[in-house]
Parts: sequence; structure tokens; C-alpha cells
Amino acid sequence: MSVIAPDFKLSGFIKSLIDDIVWAVLIMSLIGLPAIMMILFFIPMPVIDGELLTPFLAFTYLADPSRTLPIVQAFMETDMFKIMAFPGFGFAALIAAGTIFVERKMLAKLQLRVGPFYCGKVEGILQLMGDGLKLISKEIIIPAKADKPIFWAAPVLFVASAAAFVALIPVAPGWVVADVDMGLLAVFAVIGFFPIVTILSAWSANSKFPFIGGIRALFQMVSFEIPLILSLLGVVMVTGTLNLSEIAASQSSFPWILFLPVGAIVFFITMLAELERIPFDLPEAESEIVAGWLTELSGMMYGLVQLGTYLKLYAFAALFVVLFLGGWNGPMIVPPLPMEIATHGMEMGPITLKIGGLEPLLTQLITQEMLNGTLMFVLKTVGVIFFILLPRGVFPRIRVDMLLNLGWHKLIGLAFVNIFIALGLVYAGVLGPGGLQ
Amino acid sequence: MTNELPPGLAIQKVDERIMTLNVGPQHPGSGHMRIIVQIDGDYIVACDPDPGYVHRGEEKMAEYRNYITNIPHLERPVIHDSCNVLYPYVLGVEELLGIEVPERAKYVRVICSELNRCIYIMYWLAIYGIFLGHSTMFMWPAGDRELLIDLMEKISGARVTHAHFVPGGVRNDLPPNFEEVCLRQVNYFEKRIKEYAAVFYDNPILISRTENTGVLSREDAIRLGTTGSVLRASGVDYDLRIKEPYDVYEELDVHSPVMKEGDSYARSKIPWLDMLESCNIIKQALQKMPKSGSVRVKLKPNPKGKGFDSVYKRVESGRGSLGCHIVSDGKVEPYRLKLSVPSFRNLIALPYLLKGEKLGNMPSVYWSLNYWPVEADR
Repeated sequence: MSVIAPDFKLSGFIKSLIDDIVWAVLIMSLIGLPAIMMILFFIPMPVIDGELLTPFLAFTYLADPSRTLPIVQAFMETDMFKIMAFPGFGFAALIAAGTIFVERKMLAKLQLRVGPFYCGKVEGILQLMGDGLKLISKEIIIPAKADKPIFWAAPVLFVASAAAFVALIPVAPGWVVADVDMGLLAVFAVIGFFPIVTILSAWSANSKFPFIGGIRALFQMVSFEIPLILSLLGVVMVTGTLNLSEIAASQSSFPWILFLPVGAIVFFITMLAELERIPFDLPEAESEIVAGWLTELSGMMYGLVQLGTYLKLYAFAALFVVLFLGGWNGPMIVPPLPMEIATHGMEMGPITLKIGGLEPLLTQLITQEMLNGTLMFVLKTVGVIFFILLPRGVFPRIRVDMLLNLGWHKLIGLAFVNIFIALGLVYAGVLGPGGLQ
Repeated sequence: MTNELPPGLAIQKVDERIMTLNVGPQHPGSGHMRIIVQIDGDYIVACDPDPGYVHRGEEKMAEYRNYITNIPHLERPVIHDSCNVLYPYVLGVEELLGIEVPERAKYVRVICSELNRCIYIMYWLAIYGIFLGHSTMFMWPAGDRELLIDLMEKISGARVTHAHFVPGGVRNDLPPNFEEVCLRQVNYFEKRIKEYAAVFYDNPILISRTENTGVLSREDAIRLGTTGSVLRASGVDYDLRIKEPYDVYEELDVHSPVMKEGDSYARSKIPWLDMLESCNIIKQALQKMPKSGSVRVKLKPNPKGKGFDSVYKRVESGRGSLGCHIVSDGKVEPYRLKLSVPSFRNLIALPYLLKGEKLGNMPSVYWSLNYWPVEADR
């Protein structure tokens, strides 16, 4: 029997709406509120400003900003916020989404087309959301002979590795999820995970084209990891630290790209290869091996891999900014924050509006330096991302043997040249301890 | 072996190192055909092209339709090159009937034929670009084709399948003011395709990828019977527009491009040079064309008294020499019609070229053969 949509009646619609609301209120008041009360009874509530937090007090926070702001501040200082929202996943995902949109529009302009146009009224700005919804709603098809647990796990692992990479990037002074002293070493460790995840996904699909794509990805990533690591050693030599925040802070006067341009170029090329961008998109070479190691992935599994790819793209671009372009350092272009409003309140005719929690928030967390640093970081990262996207419109794909020749012969040699330049600069006393910096 | 299985289904004893890949028919890099590739690591040890997925029985169909109703379906094998596919059939029917075509119609035919050659090559070039992972080279030719498609639409009223050539001339005269529009569009088109060199043909990555891959020597090119751009890329100066000029090609100054290398770079560059030469021919033809006159002679219905007669005509299409053998028994339908297509001749070279190549070279070598799967299957 075919399903025919019933005729729409406004009265019926309103009736069903009221039905839903009645049921929601009933369930909430009979089950929900008692359950919340019982949970709150067993949980030790924090004492904020000398007052015990009760549910009734929590409701007043919604109306009183001077009570809300300390809570917001306390939340922003937690690791949870850093991981989920600002320097971590949410921020990176936002930039990744912007990257996808800019890539599609820019490539379209380059190729004399329009690109996404209709979805979202303004220049197709909601196209990504539409694509995401489509991917979520699609059926996930697993090959019959696939190794199912590993095949399921691989896209998740890919996103997890990319998110771990994002967590190591310092965005503004003090704003980094994981501020480890061995930061650069941790980056190398995380980058080492990607080929493993790729070959796991490719092999577990038990199909020919993903297998060839996985082998190619393995070749490519392993052979470009060595010049990648070597090209960054120059920066480590002149700064004397592996901590990414300290490396970024050490470039307050000038970025390292001025002294180590060879290392920056080698790192940029290896970055393109690690990201599988054109001209190094061999693992996903469409006309040769369908979609490479992504061939058997369907629905949101493919979407997760794409999300991971763009998170990785952001993280690599950010790493380039931190290591060679000076991270958050730059001219102060953000105007000073209105501190007198925070301290003395805002005069609105006869009354003076004073918000209690604003001053510590503006002095401790959202400072002028932090805003400016974030702005500088984002501007530089977007610039680097633009240069990563640009070759896609200009170059064809290269071949495996040319790729390996480039990685093993030319880039490793250039990386060593860069190391000698760095050593020379340190021993000549230009940079390093006692030098300019 | 009487009950031999078709290729790909037969159980073959092969080395365990060798993996058999079915590239196509559901593959972004195959077209409407299958290439059975056996690879050892990254090297192709054997390759077996398997066309026939889009066989439509054009030749048999032609025996049940009269000479005029054969026109619209005979151009189906290559809809982007539809005038050139129809050209030998129309020439053959004219020779069977023994009619002389007006001078203006001949020039119109040459213009249409060269425009169609450019349209086809642009489509081919777009696919060659995307086969090499160059997405800009996919979009640019696909967009610039529109210039010439608009011209053909002005001439014939249809955008791709024109059915414009008929025995005795062309269906309609050119629209008024066509010469200026055509000259303007073709001049812009010529300027535009010269820009492709900067982004595609002079691109160092493209050159390093396609140079010295799939080399077809001059002797092999002749021995395997290749035609058109494949033959001319191997250093054989053979162009039917010059060797066996039909219609008014002998009055025009045609210089067919020839390259000696015989690799896939040369094979991909020859069609591009062909397009420039086509622009040149169109401009000459526009200049020399009689400004007025008839473009179609009236056909006498069913010339009686003629028994069995046969004719073989061939023209230089966008892919190479395209022949049409018509056998007539004096009725309104052809007794037998045989299309000898360049795509199938060029495909024969594929197993020889791909043997020992890397898998990454497969798309570039395959598509550089100027091959159109639908035409090979008819």
C-alpha cells in the first residue's frame, strides 16, 4: 500500500501541537522535575559567593548577569570548554567549514563557474549544511567481506587523530588545550597515526581499489614524514625548545620564515602531501582508483573522514603559522576594551548600570591581547589555507614514482640544507642564546 | 576452444603477485567500457580492453530505414562530432545518386565540420584534464565549447545532434549576418584556447607525467592501423583533408600538425593544434564562401534502373579517418551500411601501449588515444 500524505488542516496541526505541549508539560512536571530534585539532593552543590547553589538560585542566575558571568568565567577556565569550544574542536570545525565553503567558491571562480549558489539564499552559504544532512541521512553500506569492527572504527579514529592534532595548537597566549613541553614531538607522534588509520581502513574494506589507495597513502605519508620532521628541526635549533607556545612566543620580533625560508618551503610541500591535496592526491586519484581508500566508505563514515581531513588541514596550516609565521604575534589592531564600563558601570540617564562579574572576565580571560592574538592567528591561518587550496586549480596530479623521488631525494636534501642554515645562524650568534632573540 | 568464456570471466592461472582490476564499466576513468588490467605492484603486465557496452546496432538499423531517415540516427555514435560522423554517409549517397552539390553548400559543410571538430576536441580535452586530476582543465573547455555550440545552434537549430548534412547539400542556408558572428566567436575561441597552453600544455607536472609514457613508434602506429591524431603524433603526416580532399578542402590551405615523439604528451597536444588549425580553416572558408546561392539540390526520388552499387567514402573526423561503405540494391533503404570508425582502430593500440606502464599512467595513455567508446561500439 502506498503512503499518501493526508490533507493538511490547520486545526488538526494546532491540535497536535497542543497535544504535544500538554504531554511535555505533564511528563516534565510529574517525572522530570522530581527527578531533577532527587538528583540535586544527592549532588553536593557548590558554594558561589557565599551562597549555596540551589535550583531556585540557579533560576535567578538566568536573569542576573552579575551572577551569570562568574559561572561563564568558571566554565571558560575548564578543560572541557577548551577541548570542546574555543581553541579545540568547535573553533577548528568552524574554520574547517569555512575552508570548505571558500574552497568551493574560490575554485568555482577560478574555473569560470558559480559554485554553490542556491542553498541558503546568499551565495550558497548553507550548502555545506545541506551536504552534511544528506550524508547523515544516507544509508551506511558495509562490504560483505569487510573486517567490520576495524572498518567501523577507522573513520572515528581518523577524526580522533585529527582532533588530537588540533589540541596541540596554541591559538593565543595561554589558549591551548594541551600545553605540553614536548609539543612538537607530540605533533610528530599524532601525524604518525594517520597512515596507520588509513591502511587499517583500506585493508579492512577487503576491496581492490581501497587497498591500492591505502598502499599509496602509506607510501606517501611515510616517505614525506621524514622531510617533514627534518624541516622543523631548524626551528627547534634556533628556539631551543619543543614547546609550541614558547616557539610562537619567541617570534615576537620577527617570524622564523625570514631566516629559514628553505625549511618553510619544504614543510609546505610535505604538508600538501600529508594532506593528500592536489597535486599529491594520489591516494584518492579518481580516474585511476575510483576514490582510493575512501571508495567503500558511505554515508556519514565518508563525512567523518572528510571532517577529519579538513580538521587536519586546519591543524597543519596552524602549525605552519605557529612555527614559521609567528603564531599570534602581530600588530595590535584590536581597540582597547571598555574597562571603565566594567569597573565604574555605564551611566544611562539617572541610573548607572554596573555588571558585577564583567571586570574579572575582561581582565583575566578575554583580554585585548587574547583577542588580538586570536585575530592575528586566524588571519595568518586563513592565508596559509588559501595557499594550500590554490594548487587544486592549477596543477594536475603527479605519479607515485615522481612523488617518491621528490620526497626521498629532493626534499630530504633541502631539509638538511635548512638544518645547516639553522646551525650556522646559531653558531654565528645571530639567533639563539645571546643572539637577536 | 568452442565454449570459450568471454574475457574477464575465464579462470586464468596467474601468479599470486598479479592482481586483476576491472576498470569499468562503473569507473570514473573508463568511459562506457571495461579495461581488464593485470597489475604487478604498480606495473601493468597485461591489459585487455573490452568494449561493447553501448552497442546499438546502428549498421543493422540503417538497413531498415530509407536514406533520409538514416540521417538522424547515424550521427548518434559521436553526438559531439555529429557533422563529421554523417559526412562520409552523405558523400557516399551523393556519389550513388550522381548529384553535384552547390558550391556554397560545400563551404557550409566545411565550416560545420570544422566547428564540430573543435566541439568534439574540447569535450575530449575536458575529459583528458579531469583524467589527469586537473579540474580547471575540465571546466574551461566545457565552458568554452558553448561558443561554438551556439554557432552550430544558429546554423542548424540543434545544440549537439544537428542532422544538418543531407544528400544534396545542407538542410538550411546560413542565418543572416552569420559571417560576422562566426568570425568574432572563432577569433575569441582561438584566443581562449591559446591560453590553455599556460595552464595545461606548458605545465611542468603535466609534461613530466605524460612525456615518454605510452610511446607508440612510427612503425607500430602504421602496423596497428591507428589513424588521426594518434598517427600524426607518431610522426606520420596523414590527413585525409590533404591526402584525399573532399568537398572544398583542396581550395583551402590546410596544414595538419605532426609531432614525432609518439608519447601521450604528443597525442594530447595534436588535437589542441588541430583546433587552432580548424579555426584557421573556418576563417579561410568564411572568406572564400560564395555570398549567396543555393545550398541544396532537389533529390530525384528513388533513381530507377540502378542495380547493385557500392561506394566507400571517408573523411577526417575529430578522431581520425572515418569511413562509410554503402551497398545499394536500388531500393530506398541501403542494402548494407558499414561504418569504419577511427575509435576502434585506435583502441587496438591500447594493450601495446599499456604493457609495462605504471598504473598511474593508465588514464592518460588511454584517453590520449582519442577514443570515443560509443563510436567504437556503433
